Amino acid sequence: MSQVETGSNGTPKVGVYVCHCGINISQKVEISETVEFAKKLPYVTVVREYKFMCSDPGQELIQQDIREGLVDRVVVASCSPLMHEHTFRGAMAAGGGNPFLFQMANIREHVSWVTVDKKAATKKAKALIAAAVERIALHQPLERVQVPVHPDVLVVGGGIAGIHAALTLADSGKKVYLVEREPTIGGHMAKLDKTFPTLDCSACILTPKMSAVGAHPNITLWTYSEVTKVDGYVGNFKVTVKRKPRYVDEEKCVGCLECIEACIFKEGKFRSEFDEGLSKRKPVYIPFPQATPLVAVIDPETCIEFKTGKCKKSCAEVCAPEAIDFEQTEKIKEIEVGAIVLATGFKTFDAARVSRYGYGKYPNVYTSLEVERLVNAAGPTGGEVLLDNGKKPKTVGIVHCVGSRDENTNPYCSRVCCMYSLKLAHLLQERTGAEIYDFYIDMRTPGKGYEEFYERVSQEKVHFIRGRVGEITDWAMEPEEVGKLVMRAEDTLMGAVRRVPVDMVVLAVGLEPQDDAEEVRRIFNIGCSHDGWFLERHPKLAPVSTFTDGVFLAGACQGPKDIPDSVAQAGAAASEAMAIIDRGYVELEPNTAFIIEDLCSGCKTCVAICPFSATSFDEEKKVVVVNGALCKGCGTCVAACPSGALQQNLFTDEQIFHEIKGVVSYV
Amino acid sequence: MSDNEASKEPFEPKIVAFFCNWCTYTAADLAGTARMVYAPNIRVVRIMCSGRLDPQFVLAAFRDGADGVLIGGCHPGDCHYQEGNYYALRRFTLLKKLLKSMGIEEARLRLEWIAASEGDKVKKVMNDMTEAVRELGPLRLEPRAYDLIQAQPAAEIEVTTSAQEVHHE
Repeated sequence: MSQVETGSNGTPKVGVYVCHCGINISQKVEISETVEFAKKLPYVTVVREYKFMCSDPGQELIQQDIREGLVDRVVVASCSPLMHEHTFRGAMAAGGGNPFLFQMANIREHVSWVTVDKKAATKKAKALIAAAVERIALHQPLERVQVPVHPDVLVVGGGIAGIHAALTLADSGKKVYLVEREPTIGGHMAKLDKTFPTLDCSACILTPKMSAVGAHPNITLWTYSEVTKVDGYVGNFKVTVKRKPRYVDEEKCVGCLECIEACIFKEGKFRSEFDEGLSKRKPVYIPFPQATPLVAVIDPETCIEFKTGKCKKSCAEVCAPEAIDFEQTEKIKEIEVGAIVLATGFKTFDAARVSRYGYGKYPNVYTSLEVERLVNAAGPTGGEVLLDNGKKPKTVGIVHCVGSRDENTNPYCSRVCCMYSLKLAHLLQERTGAEIYDFYIDMRTPGKGYEEFYERVSQEKVHFIRGRVGEITDWAMEPEEVGKLVMRAEDTLMGAVRRVPVDMVVLAVGLEPQDDAEEVRRIFNIGCSHDGWFLERHPKLAPVSTFTDGVFLAGACQGPKDIPDSVAQAGAAASEAMAIIDRGYVELEPNTAFIIEDLCSGCKTCVAICPFSATSFDEEKKVVVVNGALCKGCGTCVAACPSGALQQNLFTDEQIFHEIKGVVSYV
Repeated sequence: MSDNEASKEPFEPKIVAFFCNWCTYTAADLAGTARMVYAPNIRVVRIMCSGRLDPQFVLAAFRDGADGVLIGGCHPGDCHYQEGNYYALRRFTLLKKLLKSMGIEEARLRLEWIAASEGDKVKKVMNDMTEAVRELGPLRLEPRAYDLIQAQPAAEIEVTTSAQEVHHE
């Protein structure tokens, strides 16, 4: 075993600080016993205990001991290093010590919170403290490297969250790239009729923001585009964006709609994505009148020219600015940004998966998003809600929790469905005068003005029935059920099974992660929670950060969220990104690999395995060179080095061997 | 604790775990935050990536007194450093063969992919592995001739023997 590095001060002086964390730790770990144990560990000069080490007085204990020369290395036994390592390294530095002569023993998350038996918990805590003390003697003072930050920001996804994040950043003077997959920005909010609880017209509040994005000098808007690759690290990401051909030159198109008029299809024939399939569009189209950018797009899947090459191309003939370009090809753009905001949103649950509700089987069973289009004055029916027989519905049933709070589909609550169901109950009544039957499990209306809205709707012609709908059929058992949809549910307040015949059914579908969330997650090197939503760094204290520094989350890609929450989160993500850009530099963790030249045999094993090309071979000296700016500190090369010439700061072989010895050999 | 005391208590295996910082260590934190109770026998050493795992660490753990070693990394394709976990898998596969030749049972070394969100999997793996190692009993490495000589120099043994012989006479 190697000699302990002591620097010029003689032997190391290790301080051990045991935190009670209120009673979080002390109720399971015998603190006094642990303290006595720590006193006997090698090089330990000071052992203290305190109620909250992370508090100011707790940190002051460390700083004072450093200032008085009692300790030069510190072990804090408290929570996870992912929680407070940063805090204590800061305390070390503030006391005049080197922040990397520090190690944490995680005796809360890994001990007191997961162990029942006090004796066992105390024993495990001692082992973890011994491990930290064993390795700390070998720590070396290190410096963080500062790297300049690229001042531009990438926002991915042009729904309300992405729009708000992009505008916030652009208004602060940052140059923003907003990348959206669809031909227009607007996302789900553009499809909604009104927003709860204020009943604002959704388009009226959204479209001004959309135009602001289109017109903002600091925003480069790339619609119909997707991010395909992300390299680099916080402050210096290299992003590859694929711009799909829309066969219409964005620079030339003026949005006059002449091409659409002139298309050889006299009527729309293909499913309109924007109207949820309730209307038809032509192969050349603009999704909706306020689309941003207001530029036509040609769908090659349905366009006669692309399918047969024999169209007379009347669209191109009428286009005065000659914007139509059948030869357009996919373009690849490469950009550099300092931070990334992900706002890729959600998809609605596919109601056909719950076959007993008859979606796709009975024409008068709709999803909530379809009904949003139906009640919208600019929608496919001009705001008229009509049944398949052309009549207005007299009774409408609403089913909550379709694809939510159900172990067969999604166990989580989608958060927005209760409120939008109440809103649709109100709007449907307003438009049709129908009587509404609203089947809910629990009415969840937390939010400013939400409970009041529930109160207001419950004064209207709405019957609230507490119970999950078992099935929806057209089997009539009574004369009044003939020709109707019969909703069967157990009314849990009445304690009876009810059959409610209605003309129309609205399925309040839940929110799900996008189909390609998994792929997007990999591109951006972030995590997903078990239900597929993007994972935040900390559920409470870092709700818009991810485990990849410089990548932030906004809106429903992180979990179901309503519009106010999405906007608030977008603002938070934007300001987190700004914090990085405005500081101008990032400090990289010094846990990089380094080479001991005398030991390097020049075998180049490490050169082949580094995914970041941080190791290279110096032909002149015949040894490997590590580029500290490229090294991300995984240590894979260190483990592979056959001669021990490569080592990793904070994770040298000797440090880890000592940690292993400490963790098993004492108790 | 003396050997006598230890022999009275039922065998509690000591297991060392090497968890990667980004997935498995985070998952273990999550298990803690969610107060999932599991066996206290596994002690975690944090490394940045399972790719940092030098096979010698596993051998050192066994040498220093561990009855089992658990390696935890991100699921394939999820590595924070792109591919460190694949190297961990390769080394693990080779190491298993080596351990077998040393007479160390297979169940004493385990590799698990545990994502940051899988706190429940941490609990399950910790409990399963503890039980598996408990069943095997303590690790008994055959002492090497070299160790025996170090512990008791041959010359001393001779001297003692001859002295006893003298006494008996």
